[in-house]
Amino acid sequence: MIDVRGYLREETMPHVLCPGCAHGIVLRALIEAIAARGLSKDEVALVAGIGCSSRLVGHVDVCTLHATHGRAPAFATGIKLSRPEMTVAVITGDGDGLAIGGNHLIHAARRNIDLTCLLFNNSIYGMTGGQLGPTTPQGAVASTSPFGNPESPFDACKLMEGAGATFVARVAAFEEPVLASVIAAALAHKGFAFIDVISDCPVYFGRYNHGGEGPEMLMAMKRHDTAIDAVLATKRFVPHIQETPAAQTLPTGILHRADRPEFSQVCRQAHPVAGSGSIAPPETEGGAGEG
Amino acid sequence: MGEPQLLQGNSACALGAIAAGCRFYAGYPISPSSEVAEEMARALPAVGGLFVQMEDEIASLAAAIGASVGGMKAMTGTSGPGFSLMQEHIGYAAMAEVPCVVVDVMRGGPSTGLPTSPSQGDVMQARWGTHGDHPIIVLAPASVREIHDLTIRAFNLAERFRTPVIVVYDEVLGHVRERVILPETVDVVDRRRPTVPPERYAPYAADDDGVAPLMPFGEGYRFHMTGLVHDERGYPTNDSAAADALIRRLHGKIDEHLAEVEDVERTLLDDAEVAVFAYGIVAAAARDAIGMARDRGIRAGLLRPITLWPFPEGAVAETAARVRSLVVAELNMGQMVREVRAAAASGNAELVGLFRADGEAITPQAILERIESLVPVMGGAS
Repeated sequence: MIDVRGYLREETMPHVLCPGCAHGIVLRALIEAIAARGLSKDEVALVAGIGCSSRLVGHVDVCTLHATHGRAPAFATGIKLSRPEMTVAVITGDGDGLAIGGNHLIHAARRNIDLTCLLFNNSIYGMTGGQLGPTTPQGAVASTSPFGNPESPFDACKLMEGAGATFVARVAAFEEPVLASVIAAALAHKGFAFIDVISDCPVYFGRYNHGGEGPEMLMAMKRHDTAIDAVLATKRFVPHIQETPAAQTLPTGILHRADRPEFSQVCRQAHPVAGSGSIAPPETEGGAGEG
Repeated sequence: MGEPQLLQGNSACALGAIAAGCRFYAGYPISPSSEVAEEMARALPAVGGLFVQMEDEIASLAAAIGASVGGMKAMTGTSGPGFSLMQEHIGYAAMAEVPCVVVDVMRGGPSTGLPTSPSQGDVMQARWGTHGDHPIIVLAPASVREIHDLTIRAFNLAERFRTPVIVVYDEVLGHVRERVILPETVDVVDRRRPTVPPERYAPYAADDDGVAPLMPFGEGYRFHMTGLVHDERGYPTNDSAAADALIRRLHGKIDEHLAEVEDVERTLLDDAEVAVFAYGIVAAAARDAIGMARDRGIRAGLLRPITLWPFPEGAVAETAARVRSLVVAELNMGQMVREVRAAAASGNAELVGLFRADGEAITPQAILERIESLVPVMGGAS
């Protein structure tokens, strides 16, 4: 049995999460995965953006950096390149990672830098009060889509596979042991590993879309574990729109694996080619080589 | 001393950075600063450093901050439009107190403006571009050699005060080649490390000078960093007393050490009746102009801020109290002149501006004409 508390900064409690939010389950799975990998707390860095999910890193007793909105993959790139021996994970949300930070996410995936990215996907902006996000299903009600979301959502896993991530998975928060094992596999993977973690936001998404409280939303995930969005799509988000979009099925599990050179290693293999540089290599300190 | 070499301003920046111990550069292509990135891409592998071209300037400074948190001295370089994008993380570095250096090779603006023309239009953005009250150090070199030296100084100040430091110079200085002899050894400052064991380390518990020791990630000291207002442990707080203490300390750590930060050049000011206030490339023109003025019998001098921010109020006030006229020459529509006017208010000097923002340089002749217009015709001047 893992001592989860041993990985938490209890002096930072209480946390910011609402009752019924599944993000805490995801955090537990992450801690279990870190422990299962046998990683020391000193060699793990969690880098987060802005939002409910991102606030969690402050509660974890590893090296933690709460960055700016959407930019965690770029901060994490600098940390990983300067500390290649560390295990670096990016904690983000659907708005943080796919809207404002979409550019950084796809380029981190393209570089195949050895980061594990957990995207807590609750289909809405929670911290700012329930606005529509890039994974909000079409037709769903949010505070900025009171008549139903007119936009189509991202399939984050397809996006990441297309961008070049070499480990892509989707797991729902209700199946915590599965999630922990997939996160452990992602941490072990050498390259950019992405997990679309289906979480919930009963306070905003659930309330606006008749999704119920936290337990109901988790049960909905469980009933539709191979089609997470189906239950949400069939809830007829907007009464006066007669034709709700056909239920989109989002597969779960490890969806894609590939083997490509990892960026932090490739970066260190760069050698100056004779005659290509205008700057002569500086002399080494201490006069090494003299005599 | 080393051998003389014909060196471009942007190359001098890269060489200075490496001499200062910079081992990480993240950047995004933009004129007229791209040569800094290109030189770093070529040079860093040979000294065990890393270069990465990021997806934009926001990410570039983010990656540099990340590398600095990992313990590497890190920088990025850019020009106007990219500098706008970097403002977000200049604020983060100031708030989270992460040493880093940003070089802004100024081009004509606003927006994409004049991409390959000189300007000094970013000097106020360098001070106030990111939101919120924050300290900043901005250095303004006026020659290729000084770009090299002030880039080193920028790293030293960043490490000394755990703060972002910005180096600004214009397109002409970035691209001009000058004969320089670089020093073989330079003074290098490294960040202060904690003397307490990990369990007692608080990343924002400052020493008496207001600067908190900083450990990199991955060396046994686990801690939290955030751009939110935080307590000494780095944990977010909404407590107004904690916010007050933090913001005042951030300002105080620099404001209370102005003697370490401020630097001005005073040329021929002792007997001057007219002083020119100019920085960067304009100061080079002003130096010629005061020489020509002296040839004509006009006692002219130059006050050149090398540290633009914090603004050298004392030096300006002292000069304004002694001269009859003060010419403020800038490659913009008049930005630093506001600071000069405020600092000179206690003196009696007449203040005259010479501004241009059309992508062309301010010539020595233009400055000379302005000086001459301020001085009553003196018979027999030769």
